[in-house]
Amino acid sequence: MTSARIQSLLVSFYIFLFFLFLFAPLMMMGTAAFNDVDFPQVVPWEGFTWRWFPALLEDDLMMEGIRNSIWIGIGVMVVSVPIGLAAAILMTQVHRKFQTIYYTVVVSPVLMPGVILGISTLVFWDRLGTFVNADYDTFFYSGMFLTIIGQSTFISAYTMLIFLARLQRFDRTQEEAALDLGATHVQVFWKVLMPFLRPAIFSAMGLAFLTSFENYNTTVFTIQADSTLTTVLAGKVRMGTQPDLAALAVLIIAVTLVGAIAIEVTRRREQAKAEAAREESLRLEKAADLPLAGQAAQ
Amino acid sequence: MTGFFRRNGIVISTYLLLAVFVWVAIMIVLPQAYMLDFSFRFNLPPGKIGGPEDVYTLKNYRYLLFGRPGDEAMFNVLHLTVFLRTIIASIFVTLINFAICYPIAYYIAQVAKGGQARALILILILPFWVNEILRAFAFRILFGTSGVINAFLQTFGIIDQPIDFIRADIALYAGLSYAYILLMVFPLYNAIESLDHNQVEAARDLGSPWWRIHWRVVMPHAKPGIASGCTLVFMLTAGALAAPQILGGPSSFWFTQIIYRWFNTGGNWPQGAAYAIVLLLACLIFVLTVMRLFKVSLGEIAK
Repeated sequence: MTSARIQSLLVSFYIFLFFLFLFAPLMMMGTAAFNDVDFPQVVPWEGFTWRWFPALLEDDLMMEGIRNSIWIGIGVMVVSVPIGLAAAILMTQVHRKFQTIYYTVVVSPVLMPGVILGISTLVFWDRLGTFVNADYDTFFYSGMFLTIIGQSTFISAYTMLIFLARLQRFDRTQEEAALDLGATHVQVFWKVLMPFLRPAIFSAMGLAFLTSFENYNTTVFTIQADSTLTTVLAGKVRMGTQPDLAALAVLIIAVTLVGAIAIEVTRRREQAKAEAAREESLRLEKAADLPLAGQAAQ
Repeated sequence: MTGFFRRNGIVISTYLLLAVFVWVAIMIVLPQAYMLDFSFRFNLPPGKIGGPEDVYTLKNYRYLLFGRPGDEAMFNVLHLTVFLRTIIASIFVTLINFAICYPIAYYIAQVAKGGQARALILILILPFWVNEILRAFAFRILFGTSGVINAFLQTFGIIDQPIDFIRADIALYAGLSYAYILLMVFPLYNAIESLDHNQVEAARDLGSPWWRIHWRVVMPHAKPGIASGCTLVFMLTAGALAAPQILGGPSSFWFTQIIYRWFNTGGNWPQGAAYAIVLLLACLIFVLTVMRLFKVSLGEIAK
């Protein structure tokens, strides 16, 4: 065996180990979800059961957590996508001198631990509430409101980065052309910039919702008396565990698999479509060239 | 400024400025400032806030260093140990993460072919859609005393008694290393991918052994990616809360757990705010050190 062959075998073996590390915990959890014991375990195997799945639906606390998480996710989407968009557009227009400081400030929430963002949001609104003598049932003390604000602080930075990446490829001359042709600024915004940014808006919305849905570190401080899926889960896992959590994980993995495959399939299809369109336009161009070539020959 | 309004029109300009103002002032700067301010205050009941007793104090920071006045020990050994342990363990986890992820990132970026690389990235992302609490839970199933690893070791007669991986914190470190793999792989991958493979070939043709190619060609090129991955992983590990709560041994604490206690059962928010500031400073120092060491700018780190 040559040394190159040994090397490539070693590399393959390493990749295998890496993905084993990545998937082993999830596979174990997947197995535990179907084991007929009251404790989440894989061995000994006591027989196959579905019973942990219906148990999920009966868990009112978890259902309420999921409902709150969905509302918070929608709220975060509504707050963080417009903010991220505005911040990205402004970034392209700030004077060079201020660009570094502006960037440092708006990107800082990404580099800050989530617990810090949760704490600062909680303290700030609490103090503000005390300052204006707000009642305890106002939004200053509402767990849902604080969670939306706290999460949006850093999720807006994520959406901004998505918009910035897309804006880098924007051709400013399109904007100028539209203005020259008599469009107003608002029209340019809606009819030129927005259509160009549409794919970025969808990815930003998706990212915002999912990041919010998954968040624990910020939420655990801001949510207070309310609950989200993650805080309910954390409470359950710490209390001593039941296999229905494994069942929930299996459901999430299943949904994710389907989603990931769907995204990949649409992407491939769109790629094929784009390629076909390019060929089509090339063909048309050639066809258009022909009469011209004929004229030139005359 | 007038140029700005002329360029965007009144409506759009107002939207841009207002949205960014709300974000920067009300969501980023003011809360941090209030937290800092709060950390220098006494823990007062709501009625007394803003009253004559509401003055500044260093008491909360003094407590982290020296404990309660009149305590026997010179320093607040318990909390200082937890703090140092959190920082050192986070650096350790970051280094392990880099060692694990670098080969994979290099393979996907430089060796794998287009379709294969995309497929690898897809399966890489897959486990991370499951939220971090359930992932930590999975490690409990794996590492618990009646878990899979213990059962495996016992069946093959390697050990007689189950090992308490959770008490030994092995489960915690494994879980933390696992949790932020993606945030190490992607910056590394992006940086390595932009390297022209011809450079690697050239080094090889000139007789450089594989490890020197990485040390002298690939890694210097990937410096911003390495800095970015390391900062993110360190920051997330030091600020992790779920994994230590679920996988931490009964006698060992993570610094965030102490902060959490001050805010919940402890009921002393200013004290918690002071601890949060200390954690934030530690992260800031780490980021600045990495930037200095790798000679990269913040813009390159947070991409």
